[in-house]
Amino acid sequence: MNLGTRKLLDRSFTALGIGSIVIMGMMLLVVLVPIVFNGVTANVFRGTVEHRKLLYNEFRRGDKAELQREIVESDAVRSKAYAMLDQFEVEMSSMDEAKQAEYQDKYRQVKESLKALLGPRPGGDIPELTRYKYGQTRWSKAEEKLHELLYEKQWDYSNPDAEAKEYFVSRSAGFQGTSLVKLFPYVEENLDRMLLPEWTIYWGFITDSSIDSHIFGGIWPEIQGTIFLAIGAMLFAFPLGVIAAVYFTEYAREGFFNSLLRSANSTLAGVPSIVFGLFGLAFFINTLKVSESKSVLAGSLTLAIMILPTIIRSAEEAILAVPKTYREASLGLGSTKWNTIVTVILPAALPGILTGGVISLGRAAGETAPIIFTAAVSVGSAIGLADVFNSPTPALSWNIYNLASEHEAASEIRHVQYGMVLALVTIVLLLNMSAIILRARISKKLKG
Amino acid sequence: MELTAEAIEMKPDTGSTQKSVPDIYLPPERNKVADGGVPHVSAKNFSIYYGEFEAVKKVNADILSKYVTAIIGPSGCGKSTFLRSINRMNDLIPNCHTTGALMFDGEDVYGRFTDEVLLRKKIGMVFQKPNPFPKSIFDNIAYGPRLHGIRDKKTLEGIVEKSLRKAALWDEVSDRLDKNALGLSGGQQQRLCVARTLAVEPEILLLDEPTSALDPKATAKIEDLIQELRGSYTIMIVTHNMQQASRVSDYTMFFYEGILVEHAPTAQLFTKPKDKMTEDYITGRFS
Repeated sequence: MNLGTRKLLDRSFTALGIGSIVIMGMMLLVVLVPIVFNGVTANVFRGTVEHRKLLYNEFRRGDKAELQREIVESDAVRSKAYAMLDQFEVEMSSMDEAKQAEYQDKYRQVKESLKALLGPRPGGDIPELTRYKYGQTRWSKAEEKLHELLYEKQWDYSNPDAEAKEYFVSRSAGFQGTSLVKLFPYVEENLDRMLLPEWTIYWGFITDSSIDSHIFGGIWPEIQGTIFLAIGAMLFAFPLGVIAAVYFTEYAREGFFNSLLRSANSTLAGVPSIVFGLFGLAFFINTLKVSESKSVLAGSLTLAIMILPTIIRSAEEAILAVPKTYREASLGLGSTKWNTIVTVILPAALPGILTGGVISLGRAAGETAPIIFTAAVSVGSAIGLADVFNSPTPALSWNIYNLASEHEAASEIRHVQYGMVLALVTIVLLLNMSAIILRARISKKLKG
Repeated sequence: MELTAEAIEMKPDTGSTQKSVPDIYLPPERNKVADGGVPHVSAKNFSIYYGEFEAVKKVNADILSKYVTAIIGPSGCGKSTFLRSINRMNDLIPNCHTTGALMFDGEDVYGRFTDEVLLRKKIGMVFQKPNPFPKSIFDNIAYGPRLHGIRDKKTLEGIVEKSLRKAALWDEVSDRLDKNALGLSGGQQQRLCVARTLAVEPEILLLDEPTSALDPKATAKIEDLIQELRGSYTIMIVTHNMQQASRVSDYTMFFYEGILVEHAPTAQLFTKPKDKMTEDYITGRFS
């Protein structure tokens, strides 16, 4: 091969390498930027006076006097809108029946929309569900609801061949000639005075329990559940995995049985995680009866079985990477095999073993399928440490799916879903980062 | 390379008056020790196999107590294998087995009831590449004593200092005992390994090409160290460097293709080899 071709080949490979790295980086950005951007809106947003009411009523947080002043201020503006409703009701009762029937349905919609926007009218019945007790807590949502109040969504079915198109009709047009016409511009102009939006940093999103199935409140039960499950899995899998790796590398004799064990280990690593979930249900809960039903314990055990092969593999590699000379030196000094393993080989292999362990921890934190049948519930409060043996827990990975697809008001709580995704990504990234730092620090200590 | 009597006299020497070598079977006067002449390790029809391959063939030899014995020979001749068999380091190699007998202090090294851990405590070993543990200098030396049950800090400090002094390393490292041993230079690391071995108070010191990874200056220090230790320990050293063998040893064993060709006092082996093969080897006709 001549010099020109060789250089050309080198250059093209360099270019290809850089190209693929750039593409990977861009894909990472494409994934991460929306997650971060949307996830942060769960914590940082323009919160309305309704949000502050909620915080005070549910968590006793915030300045009571200030809140009282704000409520008085906003009620002054709101009461005019309610007065308009009252005026229209009087007006309607004096209409003939045909007209009443025409307006009744439209009026009901207007009232519902206004209620969704501002919360129940003071003095009326207090609804049972927390989600109906408050108006819009987030300004961006309030703007959407305002649009619903001002315009009615209708569908255009005129062309039977095409999909129906949606279009919006102004509600005020429907009330032309009545007193209610004034309501729409009034609410549109004065909404900010009714809701008093302020930039809010809601750290409680991370530390609060959820209220009314995540309509309000935070995701602490999920975060805690995820941490419990992942750490529980590590408590079982890490010691077992390291012991198994020591057996494979130090004690096992090469032979049929050993290669059988090794291939079993590799196979285990390739089993789909949903199978582990079913196995966990069938074995830990139904057969061993570690708990009556789903529990953190059963989930941890299932996750442990799932990450065990990875831990064994990485620990094995780390132990094999320890220089043979350390072993010789230790044995040459009259050390027993066991002592050599504990005092020389394992400490030297520790960076690799820990890295594998922490990466497995990250995987356990993010895995969904194994905990569906064994540990996860959709809604629940944070459990105490004593309850891990018999109570299930909400967990981030499962609830991201659950809130996005199963929740009755999924579209209302997109910010919670994104917030959960960001929390999970952050936890996993932090774990992986700590693995890198841990590895670097221990390696540095070993190298002197 | 012709090794002559003059070359022998280049030995670091502690006042020898003997120019000629009168009695070839006795070590020079200066090397005489009180209980000289007692076999410490003796091999009888001792063979070592790697699977089917016989790496060391029916060796018969007595290694005398408190003398320095060098083992020379071309690469792959079985000299390291023989050395490593004495403290059973070959046990680490799968498929390695032995026949015949290897006696240490009258006890069969490969006997059924021999505890190889106790054996290795008595027969220390220093390897080709310096292999300190990735621990502090202190912990490296204290590793052996701690293994054997010494926990008292004062005692350990005493052992560490004594061992480092014996290995002529104390002056260089006494102020940084808590530093990682991997920060030392190659020669210092090797002397640390000697000190680490001495700390468990062995009877025999096996050196497996201890200077092959070192520069000449560090090599000289190790050789000086062997001179210092001569008389206190039975020392066996495998070396590729014939000048080194002639400088540091009292007896020399020449291995060729697994056979112990000649085993004689160093001066005799290098000046009047009995065997033609030995002569060819030490004069550099083959290697």
